Amino acid sequence: MTQTAQTWIILGATSSMARAMARRLAKEGAMLILCGRDMDDLAASAEDCKARGAAEALAMRFDARDSTSFGPIVERAVLKEGAINCAVFVGSMPEQSVIDADPSLIDGVVQDSHIGPATFLSMLAPQMEARGQGTVVGVGSVAGDRGRIGNYVYGSAKAGFATYLSGLRNRLTRAGGHVVTVKPGFVDTAMTWGIEGMFLVASPDAVAKDILRAVAKKKNVIYTPFFWRYIMLIIRHIPEFIFKKMSI
Amino acid sequence: MTWNKLTYAGWGRARSATGQVARPERQSSLLREIASFAAPAFGMRRSYGDVALNDGGRAYDMTRLDRVLSFDAETGVVEVEAGMPIGDLGRAFAAKGWIPPVMPGTGFATVGGCIANDVHGKNHHVKGSFGQHVTEITLIHGAEIKTITPKSGAIWKATVGGLGQTGVIAKAKLQLMPCKGDMMVLTERRIDSLDEFLAAFDESKTDYTVGWIDATATGAHLGRGILEEGEITSGINNSKDGAKAVPFNAPGWALSAPVVRVFNELYFRRVPAKGRTSVKPITEPFFPLDAIHNWNRLYGKHGFNQFQCVVPPERVDVLRLMLEKIGASHLASPLAVLKKMGDGRGGYMSFPMEGYTLAVDFPNKDGSQELIKELTDMTLDAGGRIYFAKDGVAEATQIKGMYPEQDKWQRAVEKADPQGALVTDLVRRLNLRESAKES
Repeated sequence: MTQTAQTWIILGATSSMARAMARRLAKEGAMLILCGRDMDDLAASAEDCKARGAAEALAMRFDARDSTSFGPIVERAVLKEGAINCAVFVGSMPEQSVIDADPSLIDGVVQDSHIGPATFLSMLAPQMEARGQGTVVGVGSVAGDRGRIGNYVYGSAKAGFATYLSGLRNRLTRAGGHVVTVKPGFVDTAMTWGIEGMFLVASPDAVAKDILRAVAKKKNVIYTPFFWRYIMLIIRHIPEFIFKKMSI
Repeated sequence: MTWNKLTYAGWGRARSATGQVARPERQSSLLREIASFAAPAFGMRRSYGDVALNDGGRAYDMTRLDRVLSFDAETGVVEVEAGMPIGDLGRAFAAKGWIPPVMPGTGFATVGGCIANDVHGKNHHVKGSFGQHVTEITLIHGAEIKTITPKSGAIWKATVGGLGQTGVIAKAKLQLMPCKGDMMVLTERRIDSLDEFLAAFDESKTDYTVGWIDATATGAHLGRGILEEGEITSGINNSKDGAKAVPFNAPGWALSAPVVRVFNELYFRRVPAKGRTSVKPITEPFFPLDAIHNWNRLYGKHGFNQFQCVVPPERVDVLRLMLEKIGASHLASPLAVLKKMGDGRGGYMSFPMEGYTLAVDFPNKDGSQELIKELTDMTLDAGGRIYFAKDGVAEATQIKGMYPEQDKWQRAVEKADPQGALVTDLVRRLNLRESAKES
């Protein structure tokens, strides 16, 4: 069995990046627990994964804003022996102008992108520690690297999640587990479809391929596609007194 | 955002369209969008001309709806979303002992497109057309969702091969056929003339039979080529997916007459004079060009057109005249195919009919469109027809009477889409839905 032919919990499995990753894992014969809110869509993806070679694929409800949905997923995953892995693709990004008009929306964004997944992972972590193996893939965003006028609420939630992942890596590493933080640039998904100013857009499958390579090589933080590391390196180093006047 | 203004083209890239495109990722969002705006759908746009385009209007890109929805291992019936590429389906199931009974020349074509164009494969003489193996289709038009089967009558026959004019195909059930494995025993041999080709087709006993033809050959060599005959066999496919890509548009001379002549000569001699037999993963003989992504760029930025016709078996004389005309034009590319077809067809507007089908690619340059139009006239005179999945050149008057059941199709389409919300560029150009009213 290869590194990835194990149990994988995928949170936010209706997203196109998650779908692409689930398919790749299916081909390696993984046992998949696809989690999200649209149960019809998840059931379709589960069938698809089975047809493509998954040892097992099931759909379970996960709502980042409803922590009662978390426990059953963890309970289901521990029924299976061997490594339990988890990939987190959840998050929500209302337009910044909409949030500015209704600041109460911040609650949901932070819940979806940070609090929900962090709570879930903290529930799962003891199981991973007990088994002494397993990988967490946390999908953040380059938006979390620096607050920008266009999406700083979403960015701040992703930054919070990235910091959480960094701490979780610190914790799980000493127990034999691993955490990969993934920062995708622009990806060709429903979220970016038709948004102006997109460039060097990556396909969801290319991102999934990068993620699984990072899992196999135990990378800590990856940007995907890789060149976003350099784009964000530049953006992070622009002095604040200049940056505050920019709108990028 | 739901709608994105895009400029998109058919595979030949000689025709393009600009318009708002939505790309739903879930069945629920597809239903919601179509309920608020009925528009035609397209998949991977592997049709060559403009059958998948809607210039100035809206369209649905189905490529993100590409999943297997259910599979019955007892019966071999699989339900898939319409945007699933047929090659993916073949790869997912061949190892389990099942294969789509009909696969077109590219695995990138989606199931929805295979139905709407009622495509055929190298085994048409044995298995008929794609639509004949479809058992159920979910059609969406506005707020209406219809599930149709071959027993549904006119709407079924107007949907299979119906160019998407009865509704957006959201899902379909296909009857797969059992297969021994995912390898193919392929025999290739040289054929020296058209007569020899026709005789070889008559004698061929294999399930998969197709001829590559040297469209630049003239005189004594007219109609020479390579006959490929294949049978699926058991075996283990160890090859890795190593697709190459054409990174940019090739310059104009890349497929100029002298280059093509030399290429074709070498391609012909590649197969030893006494022929050869080899065992290959099925994807190779099924989808020979899929290994080179974006091969359409070889034709440069102006793109290319493909002419494909089928003529009745007794009109071999026209086939010969066509090959003479093509050879003399110095416009042909290396991509030319000859095949004997059976009479299997699934719908009113399906292309296949008993006879010989000839397909030739032409770079989109001076003279090629005129040549294609001449070939189209010859096809009509011979009682044959051209293939809408390939056409980007014909004029409305040229195809009148080619499809004897067009009036039945028109009546069913009129009922299913009275507002004309699903009209595409090809349907407009060839006036496909209008001509009944005029007569």
